[in-house]
Amino acid sequence: MTTVLEVTDIRKSFGGITAVDGVSFDVREGEILGLIGPNGCGKSTLFNCILGQLTPSGGEVKVDGKVVTGLRPSELNRLGVSRTFQLLQVFPKLSVRENLILAGQEHRGSMMSRLFGPSDAGLTEAADQMIGFFKLDHLAGLAAGGLSYGQQKLLDAAMAFMGGPRLVLLDEPAGGVNLTMLADLKERLAAINREKRATFVVIEHNMEFVMSLCSRVMVMVEGKVLAMGKPEEVRDNPAVIDAYLGH
Amino acid sequence: MSNLLDLLVAGLATGAIYAIVAVGFTLLWQTSQTINFAQGEFVMLPAFLMLAAMHAGAPFWLAIPIGILLSLLLLGLGFKMLLVDPVLRHGVLPLAIATMALAIGIKEAVKQFFSAEASPFPSVVPAGEIAIFGRMVSLQSIGVLALAILAVVGLTAFLNRTSIGHQMQAAAQNPTVARIIGVPVERMILLTFLINAFLVALASLLITPIYLAKFSSGEVLGQAAFIAAIVGGFNQVRGAIAGGLLIGVVDNLSAAYVSTQYRAAVPLILLIVIILFRPQGILGRAEERTV
Amino acid sequence: MIGSGKHLRIGLGIVLIAGLIVVPVNFNRYGLFILSQWAVMTIAAMGLNLTLGYAGQVSLAQGAFVGIGAYAAAIMTTQGAPLMAALGVAVVLCFAVGWLLGYPALRVQHHYLAFVTLAFSTLAFLVFRNEDWLTKGIYGISNIPRPTIFGFATNRPLPFYYVCLGSLGIVSVMLWWLIRSPWGRAFIALRENPVRALSLGIDTRRYTLMAFAIGSALGGVAGTLYAPLTQYIDPVPFNLSLSLDLLMMVIVGGAGFFFGPFLGAMIAVLLPEWLRFTEGYYLMLYAAAVILLLIYSPTGILGILDRFLAERRAKAASALRAVAKSGLEAAP
Repeated sequence: MTTVLEVTDIRKSFGGITAVDGVSFDVREGEILGLIGPNGCGKSTLFNCILGQLTPSGGEVKVDGKVVTGLRPSELNRLGVSRTFQLLQVFPKLSVRENLILAGQEHRGSMMSRLFGPSDAGLTEAADQMIGFFKLDHLAGLAAGGLSYGQQKLLDAAMAFMGGPRLVLLDEPAGGVNLTMLADLKERLAAINREKRATFVVIEHNMEFVMSLCSRVMVMVEGKVLAMGKPEEVRDNPAVIDAYLGH
Repeated sequence: MSNLLDLLVAGLATGAIYAIVAVGFTLLWQTSQTINFAQGEFVMLPAFLMLAAMHAGAPFWLAIPIGILLSLLLLGLGFKMLLVDPVLRHGVLPLAIATMALAIGIKEAVKQFFSAEASPFPSVVPAGEIAIFGRMVSLQSIGVLALAILAVVGLTAFLNRTSIGHQMQAAAQNPTVARIIGVPVERMILLTFLINAFLVALASLLITPIYLAKFSSGEVLGQAAFIAAIVGGFNQVRGAIAGGLLIGVVDNLSAAYVSTQYRAAVPLILLIVIILFRPQGILGRAEERTV
Repeated sequence: MIGSGKHLRIGLGIVLIAGLIVVPVNFNRYGLFILSQWAVMTIAAMGLNLTLGYAGQVSLAQGAFVGIGAYAAAIMTTQGAPLMAALGVAVVLCFAVGWLLGYPALRVQHHYLAFVTLAFSTLAFLVFRNEDWLTKGIYGISNIPRPTIFGFATNRPLPFYYVCLGSLGIVSVMLWWLIRSPWGRAFIALRENPVRALSLGIDTRRYTLMAFAIGSALGGVAGTLYAPLTQYIDPVPFNLSLSLDLLMMVIVGGAGFFFGPFLGAMIAVLLPEWLRFTEGYYLMLYAAAVILLLIYSPTGILGILDRFLAERRAKAASALRAVAKSGLEAAP
């Protein structure tokens, strides 16, 4: 079982405020790791440090054994790491299909080959496959901005998977999604995890979502890791209960 | 070969004026994401307002506060409410472009309603020369320098020592947090616009006697302000001050020692060099990567 | 219903193109000059549209790039070189300068490009004016010849107008192809949502730089046509004002719309004619109009049109849905 992600002693401070205070953890291939914690505990900052959106003040991140600390998000993406966003980030004026083609285009070849090579290179097919997988067929040609919130979340997830990533970081995928859509989303994520052995780290507040989907759960409080283990263990951990009730 | 001391003092004098304008520019950017490409025209206009007041019969000493008041109203309040607020909701870029259009508009308006020719403008400091360390130095340079330094010191004291100044800084650095701790952010932003309007009026008063009142002088003044702000350190008030002084001195020295044809090029090349090797400016902090 | 909209647009396009070819045959010298100027400015504006409307960067040096192209053409053709050679030189030079300017500026905060191009604009003007061994300085270069295309001389206004129109056509086709390509998709992505684009592996910096360099090269292309059009150039037109004019053209027409520059250039070239009666005031009115436009529709005139059409479509779609719904409900 290979270790896909190794995070060692990541720290991030903004001026006088320490958002992430020495976080270390590993994620093995095929795992779904849940990351929970009260608001402001540093989960999103940690994500941004891993993904290159922010430069950590200290510590190291390794993907598949390769040190990636401080690389830009585009470089990380090409190494097989992708993400979804808490606040929706689709391209509203492009169609669903175009969004997916865009999401997949930077993974093959170089910039020059993209201009002068065959303009499609199997991308439309791959996009349609993804559309089918996420059951967005009837929406394929519509502008992404016209979709419902839940549908856009599905599209967001689909875009993150377009490049066939090794590791996907999902930032509150369940936020604001209605129950039926939520069940769909969970089912699709579980399916991709099974079929493609894709590894996930999921930030979530929706406990039911986390507990039913994740194989392991990590709890953060005030920038530090409080607990790590199987969902049931963490749920029954008195320190964790305390941290949540205390807020 | 010109008197080096006189050149230096004159350079510091114009530099101090550039500093005032650059500070206003930087404050606007810090507090409200406004990149004011019309800042040069803002410096050009108040002098013409004062000239208009004088043509209407007011004596010079009265025209000055009239000009300042009009400046506060038009370039402070008016600018904010009629241009910045409506356009800013579309983003920073449309606002920057709107200020470019405003620059064109102000320039043409002055050309039409006043004149296309340069007009003389009375100075608040007396003419003449004074001997310092045995060298003759223009009194005007010293007077301008003194007034400008006074303004800068006053502004810095206001920002760092008064409660309102602290609130303004808080609103500039982190409006969300500032709101939470009770700073009236919107009012602070308005105050910044008013301060800028005052600063440009002051700069106008000091620089127009030297370069004469002309509708086209905004272009050069504006460029000097932008370069000063960036070279000094774009998001720092003290950077704007340092940058302004530097540009003023560099400009004056190159007028004397570099070919007159390429004199204007020196600050421009300085700008490009700074952006290449130290983009945060001389006194600026290295920015968080914007990605 | 949507199909007929597309046919309508294609039909309209054909009529316009035919009109542009046939109608000017009856124009006088001045009318042809204005129209040729429109074509040339549209090329420069299209380049700026790529930089501003697609990649979201402000360039204040497009006028300087037009100047570089114009001087390249003037210097080379007055020495006997063919215009095509000057075109090649202009494109390579402007692309390279664009890349060199953009590379450091875009590394940091994005608005720095505006200031760097502002500085470059002034520097270019100084070089044009001072290096008179090359550019003849303020005296300018005159008697710039018009090119010979496939053996046809184009000295008369009408043939040269066709050269300008033809060039506009070729540039349009090439740009259209670029926008449809994966690069074009990347440009749109980095305009709409640079954060997301980055997280999808799109190297936003590289693509932005590329858009700016290509846009600048198009400025050079426009310049190589400008020189034989006016047949005399001096440094005066190639200052900051031209860059600002081109910027306004893109904004007014509609930044990010393919035909925005066409419309914007038309307005900018014709406006002084229409508003001649207002004498000096027209620039003020223009500035005021731009500001109003930015307040109510930052995407320019085509943006207003686009929104209007989108609303019509949405209303039609919901009307259709209502009909379908009532149809379903009526069914037993």
